[in-house]
Amino acid sequence: MANAALRRILAPALVGGLALGAAGLATAAPHVPARDDEIVERLPSSLRRPALRKAAALHARLRRDPADLSVALTLATRYVAQARAESDPRFLGYAQAALAPWWHQSEPPVAVLVLRATIRQSSHAFAPALDDLARALRRDPGNVQAWLTQATVQQVVGAPLAARASCEQLAMLAPGLVHATCLAAADSALGRAPEAYAMLAAEIERARRAPKTLLAWSRTLLAEIAERLGRYADAERHFRAALEAEPGDTYLLGAYADFLLDRGRAREVLRLIPADTRFDPLLLRLALAADQTREPEAGRYVQELHVRLEATRARGDAVHLREEARFALYLRADPAAALELAQANWQQQKEPADARILLEAAAAAGRPDAAAPVLRWLDETGLESVVLAPLAAQLREPS
Amino acid sequence: MSRVLRRGAGLLALWLALLGAPAFAHKASDSYLTLAVDGRSIEGQWDIALRDLELAVGLDADGDGAITWGELRARHERVAAYALSRLRLGAEGSPCPLRAVAHLVDRHSDGGYAVLRFGGECERAVRELEVDYRLLFELDPQHRGLLRVEAGGATHSAVLADDARVRTVAVGESSRCAAFVSFFRDGITHIWLGFDHVLFLLALLLPAVLVRLAPGWRPVGSFGTALRTTVKIVTAFTLAHSITLSLAVLDVVSVPSRLVESLIALSVLLAAADNLLPFLPDRRWEVAFVFGLVHGFGFATVLLDLGLPRGALFVALAGFNLGVEAGQLAIVSAFLPLAYRLRTSGLYRGLVLRGGSAAIAAIALGLLV
Repeated sequence: MANAALRRILAPALVGGLALGAAGLATAAPHVPARDDEIVERLPSSLRRPALRKAAALHARLRRDPADLSVALTLATRYVAQARAESDPRFLGYAQAALAPWWHQSEPPVAVLVLRATIRQSSHAFAPALDDLARALRRDPGNVQAWLTQATVQQVVGAPLAARASCEQLAMLAPGLVHATCLAAADSALGRAPEAYAMLAAEIERARRAPKTLLAWSRTLLAEIAERLGRYADAERHFRAALEAEPGDTYLLGAYADFLLDRGRAREVLRLIPADTRFDPLLLRLALAADQTREPEAGRYVQELHVRLEATRARGDAVHLREEARFALYLRADPAAALELAQANWQQQKEPADARILLEAAAAAGRPDAAAPVLRWLDETGLESVVLAPLAAQLREPS
Repeated sequence: MSRVLRRGAGLLALWLALLGAPAFAHKASDSYLTLAVDGRSIEGQWDIALRDLELAVGLDADGDGAITWGELRARHERVAAYALSRLRLGAEGSPCPLRAVAHLVDRHSDGGYAVLRFGGECERAVRELEVDYRLLFELDPQHRGLLRVEAGGATHSAVLADDARVRTVAVGESSRCAAFVSFFRDGITHIWLGFDHVLFLLALLLPAVLVRLAPGWRPVGSFGTALRTTVKIVTAFTLAHSITLSLAVLDVVSVPSRLVESLIALSVLLAAADNLLPFLPDRRWEVAFVFGLVHGFGFATVLLDLGLPRGALFVALAGFNLGVEAGQLAIVSAFLPLAYRLRTSGLYRGLVLRGGSAAIAAIALGLLV
């Protein structure tokens, strides 16, 4: 295909340009400001005096007695919530600091176990998180938080059957919509997608007064199931409804952007995601859309994304492997690197999006053998997807 | 709704808060630490996020949420004290004390950073740099220090974390072969730059192409003769300094370095003076041997100063010694043919031999006093 050939020629140029660009962006230019009133940094509101003062009292108590569990839990819980509210992972570090006396214990208090699991799974340490949750639930089988977190993590690591079992525990403990959404996510990966869809749609109808965040999450899942079943009109309807409830939800924006990209509606992605987005996964979709529509901005997005992904990689965090694999395959035209990244990603997480990038990379790199683990997983779970099925079929065929 | 369900709904917010692994708009906390190592001295640059410093030492004096250069400047000493107290550098077990040199700022992909430039001298030459890093961990255990060590043209990188605070970076190369090469180079460098040794050699070799016959010098008959003389002198010198170099380095014998330096200067003076007014034995290789012993102690001082790798002592010694020989050989093989060609000219006997020896003697005298 001409496109692929063109990419092969442009790719080295792009890589060279990337290297120079990254070097330029990364080449520090330390300097001494000319004036005393020059602003060198603006602090987020959470680091300003009024906000800090509130936490200061708690910190003072913790300094006097670091083993004061209730104060530590209060602080840590606040920080974890702040991490999400500000989209800032530093707060997870602060939460961990508050829990320092218990952090390395194998059997700390249950509340600590659950928080620790929550913090760990944020940095993709899924196995340790599941370990913590198992311990917590052994001691406190009625812990809703633990069951919910466990179900979520089990879904992410591609164990929908186990996730379903965890969801079942919520029947009596959590609101109906939570239980239904949890079950639908698991069932849709277990070959029961149409039934899951119908069940969840009915439940959403019944729970119209649920909190917006919950409704948005449930609707997003409904949209994704519809998309996997090829019901694009339904999917669009649910994505839009979810966006009305939570226009800033980054996961939702990313999922809808992927939907639009697959439908060939890249221009709408450029309107959907702000150009100055600070979220790396959203910047990826922006770059993909700009690349597809041949926007002049495409080069800048690609360079910036490269710098940001490198910064995360430099510190040793492997939380963006899926994005890195997509970046390598579609924006750097490097299928071999993409395959390696996709395989590393598959070690960590096994959701449909992870399966997809691995299959696509394996096909592009001419390595159908590399697709074997994904094909096995698809067989075991029975996941239905109009995108994955043809990809899998193509890779199963001896070519 | 039952109380259980209400509690579940309350916790819902927290659970939804971190559904799966959320995207973050910011990066976690990193600092960038670059160390340039050269012999015993270290130059460092440390980029620390201003956000992190605000938390650690407080920068925003007026609490308006914006850190100005003026506010940062007022806290420079505190920042330097905080940072440098959380970094320990050492070489071969002894510390390298650090002091702040300059304060600047910079922007990275995720915000403003304070840039602290600092320097330090280690007690020994650095072959293995020990880095003990503990910035910010008590406030944010997810903080990482991104370390880069530049030495000898190579760059080593490492990530320092709460559970990986100490790193040892082999600044020289660690393999025996590489150590040999490194010290071989040092040997050559020292003999070429150590002009007192070169002067001594030259003083001995200048007359190698001549023969002392009353009433003065006569050109030697054949190149073979000149060569034989040279070889005897150089070999004697080499043998002697190898012996004392090894003895001193292996700590069998030790001579105070000030005394050694003076003796070396004296040897140069005597050898040069002898060219003008003969008083030393005729067989110059004996002279070369005796004074070579002294020069060997001089080499040993240099080699010990370079810092010997504990694991590759003999390799380093052999490398250095052979480097010295190679350097010597280069000088001699450059000098000899030229001298031989010129030996018949009166210019050689006059200007080069007598004038040169006088100059060498003068320099040596200057070194002595």
